Formats: sequence, C-alpha cells, structure tokens
Amino acid sequence: MARWKLFYRLMIRPLFHEPVRLVLMVLTVGLGVAVVLAIELAGTAAAGSFRSSMESLAGDNDLEVVASGGVPETVVATLATQPYPLRLSPRMEDFAVDTRTRETLPLIGLDLIAEGSRYAPSVNTDKADSSNKVTMEESVRDLENPESVWVSASLGKQAGEHISLLINDRVLDCVVRGVFPELSGDENAILMDIAGAQSALNRFGRVDRILIKLPANSNLEEWQKRLSGVLPPGVEVRPQGTGTEENRKMLAAFRWNLRLLSYIALVVGAFLIYNTISVSVVRRRSEIGIVRALGGDRRDVLAAFLGEAACLGLAGALVGLPLGRIMAGGAVKLMAATVESLYVSSRPGTIALTPYSLALALLIGVGVAVVSALSPAREAMQVSPVDAMAQGRREYIARAHKGRDLAIAAVLAGLAAVASRMPAVAGKPLFGYLATILLIAAAAYAMPALVNFISRIAAGVLGKLFGVEAMLASRSLAGSLRRTSVLVGALATAVAMMVSVGIMVGSFRQTVVSWMSNQLPADLYLRPAGDAAADRHPTISVELTEKIAALPGVAAVDRLRAYEISYDGMPATLASVDLRVLRAYRKSDFFSGRPTSEVLEQLRGKNNIIVSEPFTFKHKVKTGDTITLALGESRASFQIVDVYYDYASERGYILMDRDVLLSFLPDERPANLAVFVAPDAKAGEVRKEIQEAAAGHRILIFSDRDLRTEAVRIFDRTFAITYALEAVAVIVAVMGIAGALIALVIDRRRELGLLRFLGASSGQLRKLILVEAGLLGLLANLAGFVMGYFLSLILVFVINKQSFGWTIRFHWPVAMLLGALTVVYAATVVSGLYPARVAVRLNPLEVIHEE
Amino acid sequence: MAILSLQSVSKEYTSDGQSVRALDGVTLEVAEGEFVALVGRSGCGKSTLLHLAGAMDFPTSGTVLIEGKATSDLDDAQQTQLRREKVGFVFQSFQLLHTLTVQENVELPLLLAGKAGARELALERLHWVELDGLGARYPHQLSGGQMQRVAIARALAHTPRILLADEPTGNLDTMTGGVILELLLRLTRERKTATILATHSLEAASVCDTLVKLRDGRVEEVTRR
Repeated sequence: MARWKLFYRLMIRPLFHEPVRLVLMVLTVGLGVAVVLAIELAGTAAAGSFRSSMESLAGDNDLEVVASGGVPETVVATLATQPYPLRLSPRMEDFAVDTRTRETLPLIGLDLIAEGSRYAPSVNTDKADSSNKVTMEESVRDLENPESVWVSASLGKQAGEHISLLINDRVLDCVVRGVFPELSGDENAILMDIAGAQSALNRFGRVDRILIKLPANSNLEEWQKRLSGVLPPGVEVRPQGTGTEENRKMLAAFRWNLRLLSYIALVVGAFLIYNTISVSVVRRRSEIGIVRALGGDRRDVLAAFLGEAACLGLAGALVGLPLGRIMAGGAVKLMAATVESLYVSSRPGTIALTPYSLALALLIGVGVAVVSALSPAREAMQVSPVDAMAQGRREYIARAHKGRDLAIAAVLAGLAAVASRMPAVAGKPLFGYLATILLIAAAAYAMPALVNFISRIAAGVLGKLFGVEAMLASRSLAGSLRRTSVLVGALATAVAMMVSVGIMVGSFRQTVVSWMSNQLPADLYLRPAGDAAADRHPTISVELTEKIAALPGVAAVDRLRAYEISYDGMPATLASVDLRVLRAYRKSDFFSGRPTSEVLEQLRGKNNIIVSEPFTFKHKVKTGDTITLALGESRASFQIVDVYYDYASERGYILMDRDVLLSFLPDERPANLAVFVAPDAKAGEVRKEIQEAAAGHRILIFSDRDLRTEAVRIFDRTFAITYALEAVAVIVAVMGIAGALIALVIDRRRELGLLRFLGASSGQLRKLILVEAGLLGLLANLAGFVMGYFLSLILVFVINKQSFGWTIRFHWPVAMLLGALTVVYAATVVSGLYPARVAVRLNPLEVIHEE
Repeated sequence: MAILSLQSVSKEYTSDGQSVRALDGVTLEVAEGEFVALVGRSGCGKSTLLHLAGAMDFPTSGTVLIEGKATSDLDDAQQTQLRREKVGFVFQSFQLLHTLTVQENVELPLLLAGKAGARELALERLHWVELDGLGARYPHQLSGGQMQRVAIARALAHTPRILLADEPTGNLDTMTGGVILELLLRLTRERKTATILATHSLEAASVCDTLVKLRDGRVEEVTRR
C-alpha cells in the first residue's frame, strides 16, 4: 500500500500537472488501440459472415454435393435410390436484387414440399389459418410458382404483400407467401420452392447444391468415399460448409494485411510512449537520485517507470475501446465493399465487443506501452545517485553513441535487404514483414546522426533565411538530440508508411489503368442490372444476345460466360471467351510476351486454357502444366498454354474457348456482352438501339470509358481504408509531436525566459517554437520519404507479390505524395501553435529563478 | 542626469492568496557610469528592484523612469525594444545557452534585435572581457569565471545604458568573483553604463560608487562615495 502511495505521489500525480499533454498522450495511445480494435471488429463483421444466410438456412447437414455449373438433377435421383438412410436437400442458390431498396439478397430455392415441415414452425404464412379453405392443388401451385416467395422478417414485409425482384436480367413481381425470422443476426434472404427458383433463374435440370444429413454417429470420410463412388466424376462430395471455409481461406491474406496495416498507428504510438518515458526519466533524474539515496533500489525505479507507462497504456486502452467500436462502424462498410468487389458476396454482420476484443485492447494498450518504456526505464534504473545531479550528461550520451547507432542501422538495413529476398512462409510474406520492421528499426537507429547532420547544416541556412529564431530552433533540436530523434522517428514512421502505401496504391492504380486500356477494346459493355460482385455472374438471356448481335450498327458481340468453381480447395472463376471476336479485336498481356492471336489460337476447340496471374500464384502452376477441372458431370484435363496479367479479381481466372466450355456445360446464356460497333455506326446511336432492343430486360450498358471510371472508383473505394489507416497514424504522430513540444517548452522554460531578458519579443518566442515544429516536420518528411521509398519496394515487390501474386509496375504518384507531405508538414506546424502559446505565456521572472 | 530613476516604487505580489510587499516606497537615482551595489538579506527585494529597473516587471505604485520614460507606460513591444537597446542583464547562474558557442551566445541579443554586424560586435565584446580566441567553444568547455565573462559580454553586446547584475559572483569562488567585479567596474567606467549589482559580496560593497542597503523591501541606507 505504501508503495502504491509513493508511486501515485511521485509518478502519477505529476502527470496531472500538464493536463493538455496528458490528454494528448492518452489520446495518441487510445487512437492506436482504437484503430487495431476497429480493424479487428470490422474484419470479423465484414469478412466473417459471407454467405451466412445460405449457411444459416442450410441447417445441420453433414455433407454437400457440388459441381461446376451445377449438379445434374439426376444425381438427386441417384442418391435417393441408394439403400442408405440419408436425408437429401437439393438447393438452388443465387442472388436477387430488391428493386425498391436495391439490396442484393441471397435467393434460395428449397424443396418446400419435402422440407417445408422443417421450416414450418418458424414460418408465418398467409395460408396458415385453417379457416382458409385451400386445396392441395392450389398449395402446390403456389409453391412452384416462381412468383411465390418467403422472406426474412427484417425485410419488413407481411404475407400477401408484393416484392419486386431483379433476377438475372428480368424483374419478377413476387408475392410474399410467408415471413420467417432471421436465423442469424440481421441477414436477409428470399426463399422459393426449388422448382420456382429454377424457373425464376431460368436454370433447369441442375441444382446448385445437395445437402446430405447422414445417420447419427456416422464417419464423415467413409460416407464421402462411399457416395463419391456412385456419383459422376465431375460431381464432388465434401463436408458441408467447405465453400465457406474456402472463402475464409481466400480472405485470409486480405484480412491479415489490413490487420498489419492497422498496427502502424500503434508503432507510432510506441515511439511516442518511448519518448514520454525518456522525457520523464530525464526530468526526474534528481528525484531518482533522491529516492535511491533514501533507500530505493534499482528495481523500484524500473517498476516506477514501467508502471507509469502501464498507466498511460491502460488509460489509452480505455479510451481506445469505445473509439474503436465507433471507428469499426465506418471501417466495416469500406471492408464489406472491398470483400464484395474483390472476393465474395457478403453481408456485414453485427459488430460485437466481446471479452476477446476487450482483452485485445487492454493487451495492446498496456503491452505496447510497457514494451516501449522498457529501454528508458532500464536506463533510469542504471542511474547512480551521484550521476543524477550531473546536468547535460544524458544528451552527451546520445551524441556520443551516434556513430555506434549508425553502424547498427547499417547492419539492420543489410538484414532488411536479405529478408526482403526470402520466399513466403506458408503463403505469408513473413520475411517481407520482418524486412519492414528491420527497415523501421534501421531508420530509428540512423535518426540521431541524420537529425544532427541536417539540423547543424540547417542552422546556418535557416538562420540566414528565417532569422535568429530559426537558428535557435535548429540548435535546440540538435542539442536535444535524443528527444528530437525519437520525435522525428515517430512522425517519420507514419510518413514512411503513408509514402510507401501511397506509392504501392498509386503504382497498383496506374498498373490497373494501363492494363484496362488493353482489356477494354470493345465500344459497349452489357451486364444484368444490380450490384457487381466477384462471385456473382447473373446472366443475360440468349434471345436478347441474339437480338443485339443482329442490330445493324453492331459489328460483333463477345459473349463472356463465367462460373464460380472450386479448384484445389480454393474458389476460382471459370470463364469462356468467344474466340471469333477475340481473334479480331482483343489485346492481352501474357507472361510469354507472345501476340494475343497466337496464344488464343491454341485454345480453339482444344482442352487448352489460359489462367490469370493470381490463379498461378494461388495454385503454384505455370505455363505447360496440366490441371484437372470438374465440369458438370465430368472431369477433364486442361493444359495451361499461357498466363495473363489480370487485376479484375483476386479469385483467379481460368479462361477457355467458349465452344469447349459449352461442350461440358451447355448453357449458352452469357454473363457479359462486349459489343463492337460497326465502323460506319455511331456508338451513341447503337447504345440507343440496344436499349430499345432490351426493353423488358434490366441490363446496364457501359461505354469503355464508363467501365474504366467505374473500375477506378471501385479501386479507390477498395483502398480508401488504407488511406484512412495512414491518416490515423499521421494524426497520432502529429498529436504526439504537439504533446512532446509542450514538454519541450516546459523543460526549456528557463531558456525561453532568458530570451525574454535578452530582448526577445513574444512574437519571436512563438516563431521559435513554430520553427521547431516546422523543422521536426521537415526532418520527419525527409526521413519518412526516404524510408517510405524503400518500404514501398518491399510492399510492391515482396509483400504484395507474396500475399496476392499481383505484378505491380512501380509508379511515382507525384501529386498524391506532394499533397500528403504538404498536409503532414502543415499539420506539424499547426501542432506547434498550442506549445507556442504556452511558451509566450511563461513568466520569465518565475522561470529564470527556478531551481 | 539620472539614466534610471525609481520614484516611491512599491511592488506587491500575491502568493497563495496573500499579498506580499517585495518593495516599499523605494526611491533611487542612478547616473551614467555609476556603479551601484544593492545589499541586504535574501528576500529583501534586491532581485525585484532589478526586474523593475530592467522593465521586466512593473511597480504596483510609484514610477520607474529610464532616460525619463516611465516603464509602466510602455506596451509589450516597447518594453521589448527598451530591453534590446538600453538594458543588459547578468545572472548568478550565467544562463548561457549550451547549444550555442560562446560567440553565438554573445551575438544572441543583437540577432534578436535584428542588428547588423553581430559577429564583429560579439568578437569585440569578447575582447572587452578578455576572452579572445574562445568564441568557438561551447559553454560546457569553459570555467565558471569564463562563463560569467561570456554572460557579461552578452549583456554588453548591444551597448546598453543600464547593466543589471543579479549576484554575478554568487556561483564563483572568491578569487574569480573578485576578477569579475573588477571587470564589471572597469567596463562601467569605460562604457559609461549605469551598473546595478545585487550582491552579498563585501568586496563588491567596497568598490561601488553607491551602496544601497535594503531591508524588508525598503531602502535602509544609501552611501555614496
């Protein structure tokens, strides 16, 4: 108890003497914690619940039967005739858009006659009232009618009301026959009878999945083997939820990288905690001496400073918890949009603060604070009572170690270079991350030498340019080398991450933009209305396609068809290309560098495929390899004849000749159309003709420019969250600088008071502090820019490549970098305003005579 | 004619809600080239008198005139200007900036005032205090006496009419203190500054032109030699 009292009096109470600084300090830690927590919560909500409506309504089954392009209905019969006590649930699974709210909803077709009883207790139907006399024929007709739907309660519909649904390129006016409560969270879904769903989707003869409930206590693997034996080769039996697991696996790299990005603000916070405790140690040197002289031992000193850091961390964690919950609300929207456009249809779940998130916040808040404080606390422990009275020794130590630190920096930078050349470990760029950490550490060690060198050079130049205040400011920064280096290191780390992520995103954006100019040779592009998603491929009816192809202004129509398939335990997209059109028009970038026509000619009528770069990365395949694909009922081997650059989806694409695909999956409906306008026709007029031809269909028509704009918009939205994370890191750093400048002003109050005695005006004192803030900003921008450049090389060529497999061409986003660096610099100068005010308000008479 | 004139000057402070009278009706005139020693016990008001004389603080009642102008009538900018042109301060603990060289410390008031030729003037002032050749050193490379000489050179950098020294020998040994006193006296004579020295030193009291004894904020005795 006595120790706690002493700890409070000596360590905690003094913190409240500088309330603004204390608040800034707690906020910086709090923001760091909040960002990590927000990304964790948002990641779980946005990426963890995809397809959960499908799975929630799937019930407690054991196995599922799937096939690329759908499972033939005959398989249901095959399974049903087996002499096993199996419960079979064939399902159609697709998406529909509520035309009123424009919300995309899972559309599930079930055998309601066979399975209705399982849902009946929870379904409130308009025919439930026994007083209504309904014949059996009427009931069955209602069920099979594609206009009969059952909706989840959160859609706010009542039985008997109408709902207008966009399914593929058609709008269906449906009648709500019943309402079922949400099975998990607030997930919406539309239920139809399976026959109605087939009719609405215009897909007959196939179902998307057959769910199988095995007898109790069955061996899953044994049954899997047994059932596989009776099914066609292309049809797969696997544990239920395998698709969800595959999607989760696919999202792992995305979540992992975002999670790591969220730790930047925390790293910046760690620098600032280190600085705070270092300042605390310097300020309390005499107190340390007194405590030691009065009987305190080294461990007491160590515990006191670690305790101070832990208290700051705890306060930061407590601030970070609610802040993180609020930030997660914004983050989840951005992440969900990215997941949907790049990976898989998803609907964000609810954000829940769990005991785990509470523990995480406390752990990272207190943990980072204590770890950051270890070094200065250990130094405090080493201080002897006699040394404690020696003024200026500490800064001397910092100066004396510059050379040694520079040598350590060189070694760390060398190790970073080595780590950046190492391969991925278990699919994760662990050595890439290590290289990043080593580079940041190298920069931190090089900082004193850099700050000393630049501020000494700057003293003369700045003195001439901006007067004596600038000279004093640069001398003061060089004089407090250790403190300055840590502050510059903190801000430089934030700036470096901003620069490196900015370069990476800018390079990626430029790569995508120039790639698109090759990929979009057609004049007009058509797809069914509704939101686009990486795993949704609604189709356009064949009649409409033919009608458009026959229009006089249309020279050719490229029909693209895509299916979601599972290959080697991961989701992938299988697509077909219309070679007659492609040969004449399309240009593509291939790994081999061969002309497009030559590569595509190899696909014609053969079991040859080309695959996208992300596919080769995920499945470790290359040109010349043969892969086996399950297509419909059969399995067939295909040879990879080339690999093409692709930035449309991270899922990975397999492309084959349309005629070859049709021979396996005879469904002629295309998912997208690329329309080439005849040389003598005008695109605007052809667009009008298409719109007229498409009357009654809901399709969207884009020009190549629209599509590029849309793609860039999606790209920018995808990376909005990374910019937000960088912004928070910079805010944390700038707030830390403001807090540190207040400390600097208070510690140098005698000097500032003296300047007043020597004739300095209040304006000159203000200028002095603002110039110091500006110099810190300048040094941090400079160091951050250089560090950021090297980090960007690791991000672009190591971490991105090993995480996602994309080839990104390096590009300097000059305008973005100039803008961002200017904003950071301005923010740093602004952060000096309050400390400058504190400096001006100091009473020189009081401070000059202070002991 | 008096460069500095204090007329019935009183100064009260409020400390912990209680009013403390640091100076009480002090009247004093200091002429050009006059060396004044303020003596008295700690807390008798010596430092307060120096602050008022240097326009760093203002009387609660009475008037402080520097070259005939009342300091209380000056706004912040005019006070700053006054310090830049007419007043130099020397402190017991030297108050040198450790990040600046000796020469840069001396240049500082000139640079703050935006005066041209600071380097040459600083070298000249260092010559006055017999520190030629030490301009490139840093304060921590000097002895206590040398540091106080630098502080005096800095106080004289802008050729002030009034030099205010608060216990300038308090941190020095007797011999060094004596040397500093001699220096201050010589410079007062040569440069015709009005020097006021707050001191406990008997030696200082013995060499001054005017000895002012303060007691509880009042002038107890003025001895002119």
